[in-house]
Amino acid sequence: MTNGRAVELPESLFNRVEARIKGSKFASVSDYVAFVVREKLISEEESSKAPFTEDEEKKIKDRLRALGYL
Amino acid sequence: MISPHGGKLVDRTVPFEKRDQTVHEAAKLTQVEISQDLARDVENIACGAFSPLNGFLCQTDYESVLRINRLRNDQVWTIPILLDASKEELNGVKEGDRITLVDNTRLPFALLDIEQIYTYNRKELAEQVYRTTDQAHPGVAKTFAMKDFLVGGKVTLIDSLFDEFRRYRLKPLETRVLFNEKGWRTVVGFQTRNIPHIGHEYVQKTALTFVDGLFINPVIGKKKKGDFKDEVILDAYSTLLDNYYLKDRTVLAILRTAMRYAGPKEAIFHAIIRKNFGCTHFVVGRDHAGVGNYYPPYAAQQIFDEFPDLGIVPLFFTAFFYCQKCDSVVNEKICPHEAQYRIDFSGTKLRGKLSTGEAPPRELIRPEVADVLKKHKDPFVE
Repeated sequence: MTNGRAVELPESLFNRVEARIKGSKFASVSDYVAFVVREKLISEEESSKAPFTEDEEKKIKDRLRALGYL
Repeated sequence: MISPHGGKLVDRTVPFEKRDQTVHEAAKLTQVEISQDLARDVENIACGAFSPLNGFLCQTDYESVLRINRLRNDQVWTIPILLDASKEELNGVKEGDRITLVDNTRLPFALLDIEQIYTYNRKELAEQVYRTTDQAHPGVAKTFAMKDFLVGGKVTLIDSLFDEFRRYRLKPLETRVLFNEKGWRTVVGFQTRNIPHIGHEYVQKTALTFVDGLFINPVIGKKKKGDFKDEVILDAYSTLLDNYYLKDRTVLAILRTAMRYAGPKEAIFHAIIRKNFGCTHFVVGRDHAGVGNYYPPYAAQQIFDEFPDLGIVPLFFTAFFYCQKCDSVVNEKICPHEAQYRIDFSGTKLRGKLSTGEAPPRELIRPEVADVLKKHKDPFVE
């Protein structure tokens, strides 16, 4: 990883990750940790959704009906 | 429903109650005319199709996108969305100013709050985005024709531009409501810039078999010579859907943006846009968004390995063809027969038959679609 910031991992966890990524597509422990953290953040963002208000939804449905989509 | 890219759908449109006041303000500001392509970018930013972007890229984001295909906040982004301007156009405008953007009709349609004006290297931009500096590549040629400065900053849309295909135009918030109303939890997006042949239909229906809904989203905008005209693509798709698709499983709406022909990087960009429209899956075929022989045929699929956090599932397809021995539409993963039995869905072959007035074979294209093509005297972009 380039242009990153350093974080610390417990030695034992680092060793486990290092063993796990041998022969995998991950070039380093940092790459693996970045991958896992991104996955976690994405799944949290997915579950915190507030897509649209009732008022927005009503207006949009009116337009969709006018266009023949509903 | 799937989250937009970056977690929040961007809305940079002036609220209805503030429109008159904003129009009044816009009339007093310095006006800069921008091209139709850039004007469409403004619309796409404002309606959230390019979420999480809320404006044209400033230098840090620009360099980050070129270097690591991510915005400075680490979100995946592969095609820099840039506003270029000449010294004359900027004429005294400086960072911190608010200006009015006008289109080629000179109508003010958006505001830009300038955060940064900076220079850039065209060759580096072309190399990083298109992986070539060959000016025969349409994207590279466009890059080398760009003006000297880039202007970064947030946009605010006052009015949408005229659109002759408005009836097919949906914003991401609208497709999200639509998919929700239809009860679709999984939706596959299909990007196209072509008229539908039987191979496309098989890809779309194969994908649809595994999800709740299909979102066919043709790119309408500037294309290269020899591509089908926009109205032909839409006529052909409408006809195909009327005759061969379930209405409650398929939505057809357009995406107004210019093709970049950036191959792999554009495939990621296209996937992000469809994620913003509410798609959970995205079809990536052979040579997606490619042109000529600049990209290996499946490079646009391989690039997805680099972005495990993209947040939309790519569905990879090899090219379909008609096999005379199988007597059906198949692909190289499932057909054991030799090449001599294959009829490829070649756009070039189709164009050749149309230009000589010959009817394309039923194995290549639905007869109803062929009829539509025949009705258009000149179906190709000049």
